[in-house]
Amino acid sequence: MQQVILAGFGGQGILSMGKFIAYSGLEEGKNVSWLPSYGPEMRGGTANCNVIVAEEEVGSPIISKASALIVMNQPSLEKFEDYVEEGGVIILDSSLVPVMPKRKDVKVFAIPATTKAYEFGNATFAGIILLGKLIEETKIVAPENFEKALYKILPPKKHGLIPAEMEALKFGAEF
Amino acid sequence: MGEKLLMKGNEVIAEAALRAGCRHYFGYPITPQTEVAHYMAKKMEQIGGVFVQAESEVAAINMVYGAASAGVRAMTSSSSPGISLKQEGISYSAGAELPMVIIDIVRCGPGLGGILPAQCDYFQMVKGGGHGDYNLTVLAPCSVQEMYEVVVGAFNIADRYRTPVVVMGDGYLGQMMEAVEFRDEEPIAKIDKSSWAACGHKMEREHNTITSIYIEADVLEAHNNKLQAKYREIEKNETRVEEFNCEGADVIVTAYGTVARIVKNVIKDAEKEGIKVGLIRPITLWPFPSESYAKYADKVKGFLCVEMSTGQMVEDVRLAVNGRNTVDFYGRTGGNVPSQSAILEEVRKIAAKKK
Amino acid sequence: MAIVFQKPHGLTDKAFHYCPGCTHGIIHRLVAEVLDELGIEGDTVGVSPVGCTYNNYEYFNCDMVQAAHGRAPAVATGLKRSLPGKTVFTYQGDGDLAAIGTAEIVHAATRGEKITTVFVNNAIYGMTSGQMAPTTLVGQTTTTTPFGRKPELHGYPVRVCELLSTLEGAVFVERVAVNNVQNIKKAKAAIKKAFQVQQAGLGFGIVEILSICPTNWGMSPAKSLEWLEQNMMEHYPLGNFKGKDLEV
Repeated sequence: MQQVILAGFGGQGILSMGKFIAYSGLEEGKNVSWLPSYGPEMRGGTANCNVIVAEEEVGSPIISKASALIVMNQPSLEKFEDYVEEGGVIILDSSLVPVMPKRKDVKVFAIPATTKAYEFGNATFAGIILLGKLIEETKIVAPENFEKALYKILPPKKHGLIPAEMEALKFGAEF
Repeated sequence: MGEKLLMKGNEVIAEAALRAGCRHYFGYPITPQTEVAHYMAKKMEQIGGVFVQAESEVAAINMVYGAASAGVRAMTSSSSPGISLKQEGISYSAGAELPMVIIDIVRCGPGLGGILPAQCDYFQMVKGGGHGDYNLTVLAPCSVQEMYEVVVGAFNIADRYRTPVVVMGDGYLGQMMEAVEFRDEEPIAKIDKSSWAACGHKMEREHNTITSIYIEADVLEAHNNKLQAKYREIEKNETRVEEFNCEGADVIVTAYGTVARIVKNVIKDAEKEGIKVGLIRPITLWPFPSESYAKYADKVKGFLCVEMSTGQMVEDVRLAVNGRNTVDFYGRTGGNVPSQSAILEEVRKIAAKKK
Repeated sequence: MAIVFQKPHGLTDKAFHYCPGCTHGIIHRLVAEVLDELGIEGDTVGVSPVGCTYNNYEYFNCDMVQAAHGRAPAVATGLKRSLPGKTVFTYQGDGDLAAIGTAEIVHAATRGEKITTVFVNNAIYGMTSGQMAPTTLVGQTTTTTPFGRKPELHGYPVRVCELLSTLEGAVFVERVAVNNVQNIKKAKAAIKKAFQVQQAGLGFGIVEILSICPTNWGMSPAKSLEWLEQNMMEHYPLGNFKGKDLEV
């Protein structure tokens, strides 16, 4: 069972990143849950979601011990760092998170995802780059199922972007 | 069965209602259930159904009252403060014996409270937030798939017994996405409403009246007795509960909705410590599955009731256990959720008791 | 022998419970005659209010739904949206419509619900024994304005037709009275037109009927009619506010 917390500012695509993973898990025939934080702000503010991908039935959709954490701002790192289980994974966007985690018992991957996304010519790819590392490290889903999920969730007019997104995913995995 | 789709609980509520043949939705915006209205607004216009954004919660429930009077499957959805406003119409609907489905995606109170998830509406739904002697059938799913099942079932119960039925879930159940698999065809109870509905008599029968007022004492008492007889039937036929791991359990934890799922995780944690924990999860909060508790009352070291409230369902658990064992309580409020570790700590205390 | 006058079929045989001199009986009859003349009794659903006419479902022969206090326009909305081919009307008093049910009537009119409202304005709460209504006139004595309605304490009486006629959704708005034969005939014509406007699918229609309450006004019926003419008609002018020329 993989339990992932994704957190950042509203508008960074945090909730969508979580959905991508959940849909990919479904493609893989696993049990999944996606639980968003929801707040009074429609834009801005903080956003996070809990995603669980499991062979077995998903018990609580609320994560008390995360196998992985993806953060895209400093406050989220501070808030969720301690949720990560020993030996777990923290993946952060070092373009936006200047101070590194205090934890020494977890694997930390700092990727300048936002900066690199601009190099890809699309700022929205930052999340995909981080997900690339998540998939590489945790094997939460197979990249081909991630790709299948993208074709399912994204509207047809955005399907042209998917090959580039898969490139970004690969870049993140190899970073 | 079709393919598995990933959907939000709120969207599934709307889709399930449509599949159950509901073509009349009346609502007012309130977080965290607004996706129900969004989904309905879009679909109803596409399929020629009725979606009305009412001027108030009060108007919305009364529009449902009107539609249900006409004999169609009708529903509304809201969240706690909105439900408080609807209570007048709910009492009238119970009194007038109108089949309808009311969705309550619960947020924390009292007052405007907050928008985070809670289970603090147990009293107002199960014990009757409106005036008079009546019971609502209250269904409490714990997953998105079960949300679908109970919403379809709610329409059938409503029609079968001519009674308002509530589907109650905490904010997380509305907001959460999980896989859901829809049936190709729903088991829709075909109930002929023409004998009582106010839909125009075409000069072919006496005129029908929908009313909840009975000015004479004996007439109203007879009406109340009739309602009570109906409630006894519902108790007999519709009580639903999940008993999990209860045989031979040291401790039984009871919870509904999302909290019950947290308890399932606790069961695994406790097992590692050699404590056998069972779960009683009421699926109908009314009728309450009292027998499930009575059955184990003399067999366990104690019961623990866990809620996202300061202790509401626990009263019914204590009535069911009826003094034969201890019923402890653990709850969180304000949008906080009882943590696995805190529940486990409470379980340990009970398990440590001498039998 | 030729029948020259009989009870309309739209009314049941049940005897009215209204006080002697009350004008509700006349208004019920007018509505029932309209149901007869339009031949729509079997295709009409009426909504009873809370107030003296709470149980007029016993008097009207069409299907009837009893509503909570003030909620009749919302209930009628639910009915009409479920039965688009049927005629739906509400029968409401001034407390029901213009106090506790203000939001419901304004928004039913705003939405242009294709329903008809028969609004009985007698400037007082009847059933609860003579309290101030939103339509109680300045200076009028009631059980809750024992020294007369004072604007500085109790505000001013509301003119419902004038208010609703500003709304696009309200297409037929007329104020009538049942104080004499001539006006009773006009009242019936207005009610009939309002039902026809609904049948034509044009929008929301309301007929406000100035009425008397001898019991709670503390006057004889004859004196009450005089009081209506001398006081109510001044504050609530009769006439059509909207929809007079609608083709139906």
